[in-house]
Amino acid sequence: MSSTPIVAEVGAPVIELGLPVVGGSHHRSSAGTAGLEVSDAQRSEKLAQMRAGELGSLHSWELVTAVDGPGTRLTTFLAGCPLRCLYCHNPDTMEMRRGEPVLASELLRRVERYAGVFAVTGGGLTISGGEPLMQPAFVARLLRGATELGVHTAIDTSGYLGAHCSDEMLADIDLVLLDVKSGIPETYRRTTGRDLQPTLDFGRRVAASGTEIWIRFVLVPGLTDAPENVDAVADYVASLSTVSRVEVLPFHQMGRDKWASLGMTYELEDTSPPAPELVARVRQQFRDRGLTVY
Amino acid sequence: MSTTAVPQTGTDATADGAWAGFVTGPWCDGVDVRDFIQRNYTPYTGEADFLAGPTERTAGIWARLSEMFPAERAKGVYDIDNHTPSTIVSHPAGYIDQDAELIVGLQTDAPLKRAMIPNGGWRMVEKSLETYGYDVDPEVAKIFTTYRKTHNDGVFDVYPPNVRAARSSHLITGLPDAYGRGRIIGDYRRVALYGVDALIAAKRLERHELDMERSVEDVIRDREENAEQIRALTELKQMAASYGYDISRPATTAREAVQWLYFAYLGAVKEQNGAAMSLGRTSTFLDVYLQRDLASGAITEEFAQELIDDFVIKLRIVRFLRTPEYDALFSGDPTWVTESIGGIGEDGRPLVTKTSFRFLQTLYNIGPAPEPNLTVLWSNRLPEGFKKFCAQVSIDTSAIQYESDDLIRTSWGDDAAIACCVSPMRVGKQMQFFGARVNIAKALLYAINGGRDEITGKQVAPVSAPVEGDVLDYDDVYAKYDTLLDWLAETYVDALNCVHYMHDKYAYERLEMALHDRTVLRTMACGIAGLSVVADSLSAIRYAKVTPVRDEDGLVTDYVVEGDFPTYGNDDDRADDIAVAIVKSFMAKIRRQKTYRDSLHTQSVLTITSNVVYGKATGNTPDGRRAGEPFAPGANPMNGRDSHGMLASAMSVAKLPYSEAMDGISLTSTVVPSGLGRTKEEQVTNLVGLMDAYNVSSGYHLNVNVLNRDTLEDAMEHPEKYPQLTIRVSGYAVNFVRLTREQQLDVLSRTFHGGL
Repeated sequence: MSSTPIVAEVGAPVIELGLPVVGGSHHRSSAGTAGLEVSDAQRSEKLAQMRAGELGSLHSWELVTAVDGPGTRLTTFLAGCPLRCLYCHNPDTMEMRRGEPVLASELLRRVERYAGVFAVTGGGLTISGGEPLMQPAFVARLLRGATELGVHTAIDTSGYLGAHCSDEMLADIDLVLLDVKSGIPETYRRTTGRDLQPTLDFGRRVAASGTEIWIRFVLVPGLTDAPENVDAVADYVASLSTVSRVEVLPFHQMGRDKWASLGMTYELEDTSPPAPELVARVRQQFRDRGLTVY
Repeated sequence: MSTTAVPQTGTDATADGAWAGFVTGPWCDGVDVRDFIQRNYTPYTGEADFLAGPTERTAGIWARLSEMFPAERAKGVYDIDNHTPSTIVSHPAGYIDQDAELIVGLQTDAPLKRAMIPNGGWRMVEKSLETYGYDVDPEVAKIFTTYRKTHNDGVFDVYPPNVRAARSSHLITGLPDAYGRGRIIGDYRRVALYGVDALIAAKRLERHELDMERSVEDVIRDREENAEQIRALTELKQMAASYGYDISRPATTAREAVQWLYFAYLGAVKEQNGAAMSLGRTSTFLDVYLQRDLASGAITEEFAQELIDDFVIKLRIVRFLRTPEYDALFSGDPTWVTESIGGIGEDGRPLVTKTSFRFLQTLYNIGPAPEPNLTVLWSNRLPEGFKKFCAQVSIDTSAIQYESDDLIRTSWGDDAAIACCVSPMRVGKQMQFFGARVNIAKALLYAINGGRDEITGKQVAPVSAPVEGDVLDYDDVYAKYDTLLDWLAETYVDALNCVHYMHDKYAYERLEMALHDRTVLRTMACGIAGLSVVADSLSAIRYAKVTPVRDEDGLVTDYVVEGDFPTYGNDDDRADDIAVAIVKSFMAKIRRQKTYRDSLHTQSVLTITSNVVYGKATGNTPDGRRAGEPFAPGANPMNGRDSHGMLASAMSVAKLPYSEAMDGISLTSTVVPSGLGRTKEEQVTNLVGLMDAYNVSSGYHLNVNVLNRDTLEDAMEHPEKYPQLTIRVSGYAVNFVRLTREQQLDVLSRTFHGGL
């Protein structure tokens, strides 16, 4: 809450990536980390544990169905994200210091507890965020642990930090939920404050490894809805051989209050959710390329 | 298993074809319906594609009734017979459309006309008549106030002061001391399988056994009950005869089997205004008859479905005369005609038959409805096709509840059924003494205040030391609470013993008990309300800082909570363990009490819709809940405090040990359709997965609503648009538009899970 965002001329505010500080306040209003023991290791110890991936910064966890991958899933929202998407509906996960320190072993105990649930529902572990690849060592440990337990794994990523995902990690991932936020570099930058290229590269690498991909595209009127922008996303997605579904997510205003309570500037105050006709048009643009679209 | 022998009507039955084609076994020699089912039923593991839609006849009958519902809703009742107290044979035959009905029989001489059943209590009848603007027949009033004592009179003759105090301060509420206790399931199937004459003969044999024992109090009571049972069975034959049927003999066709079974049930609801008048586990039993007639070509699938549709129409219009106060406790005019469907047999074969599907299909053929209370006994071992159909029906109608077949079967066998909402019992071999519930959240406030009421300041529980100092100490509060619960358990069982002694004496369920074995397991079904409030309050005291706020008399009336604390409903052991400890502890205290008729102590974590009333009567609580705010229903976590998804919430509830709450643990969840998946197919698959997950996690009961918030809000404003909108509340279903506005708001405020 204390770090002041650098307000960019156009587009999202960009916060410089420094060494993440773990700790900070935990807000009851969110799902939170209740039920997980929060580590109170000393600060230096914490940093060492973080580097080793034993400790991560977690915003919250939730048992969800039908949203973050197949079946019922333990979705862990890691804190910290390099992007500053204008439409972000979880701005409270943008900064790593807003998370709670949690041991990987602790989270894996929970994964183990739900192994039976995952088995009967065809679900598993989804690591979301924030951006999971902000904490690659921690994520690697979670993926390895879950894989050893025989649990299906997914990561929900923008791909911007795809370079942080080692081949070993990729081998432990069963499904990548890849958020392609725009297809035109300028639009991508305006939307997220960052470059598009790393996402494109990561998607191709994932596809080449044979790992299944679900694409997500958030449709924001006046921001990402231009036909040529959607065409660019769709062309790219169609070129990835392992994509099994595309989800076009209509923009909503449910995150608005969070921006205000965090004291952050929210640029989409007056943006309305897309009209059904617009959503239909965009879905059709993906379908035209033979993709399975929801 | 049965101790009752059926005289050799077997040869006659076989000769006249009633049992033709059935595999014989011990069921031929004594009353043993389970044995008959096990030897003769055909499990069905396929999909729902064989089902037939409604016929014009079915739709016509339902339409005729539907025209009457708005008037009933507006006035509260459609009509009342205010002159004839109801008995099995009190009213002449009644019809909806005599020529068109396949299954006949009404409680009075006309549909939706309610009858007086004063044995439970005259006051309730009188008040109901006055409320709805009917004259009180002075002759009838005189009978039940001068000549004939009621159950209600009896109870108030014997209540001790501690019970009266706990009752009037709303610590113990909803006791069946002014109305019929219900929750007894007659084995109505026996009438179809054996015919009434054979059942009477079997009861006479039991009488011979009783006559050989010395005439001590218990034996005398058993003899009198036996005599009443035989009398009731004789009247049942008379009632059927008034409709032109001879049910002294076994049913010979599917249509007769349905009709005989329904007559038996009808007799029960003509004589008893029980809180819950459940049907049992009839679908797979009836399937044997339907299957036989289908195989012989005597009937078609369409006709088989029509029989079930017509039967269900009758079950939907069971009505009792009750007061608005009663409705505040059990809202929506429920009757709990609970039918338990599915499950797995002890031999591992699914007890799912085509008729299991046909019962669920009625929700399509005649639209969604709260009654009968269709209850699926769920196991993850159920056939996939049936699981999918259940999930689909839940998504389309929100009208099914689920109970764990695995927990019920291992405790009560594979011929158990649910009475009311969550109470399992072996059909024909077990009954319960319904005990409503105690408000354990209010009890916590009493413990803090030395036994005084937090609202009135009145000393209700025995004087004890109130908490002292500025900050509540967990160990101190817990110790005081423990002592208070000792007193509460004593007082509660005191009350229940009085209630059931008098119910047996003045409002004995003659017919329902005639359809039981001689030796019956009785349970004393206690219950608790406010579990999540207590768990969160104790968690707050333990993990945060709770400062009591006292009024000028030193009475603690409010609490200031500083800091975070874990809450029940997030699969967090810190809070969940407290809930578990409370359930175990109160059960242990109940078990120390001597019960009427040596009944087996059980308890439920269930509120029905009384969570609103309980909340209203309870002051501020240390978890931050404000005075008057509703409790969460049943074992549900408090509204909005379960923030890790529906399943995490359910996993907390699943930690409550069934062995310590054998009368059932209720959980109600509401989810928006899109929260289940992108496509209908995905939604079905995910809901099946979810129920399997809860099932393998030892979850006991799950009410699933699949609804949009917008739908409910619109229904509140435009009830006329949603006459059949059905939602699941704690343990049963109601017509949403028949709830009070307060209850509707409570439903709306409950956690809607956007995703599961």
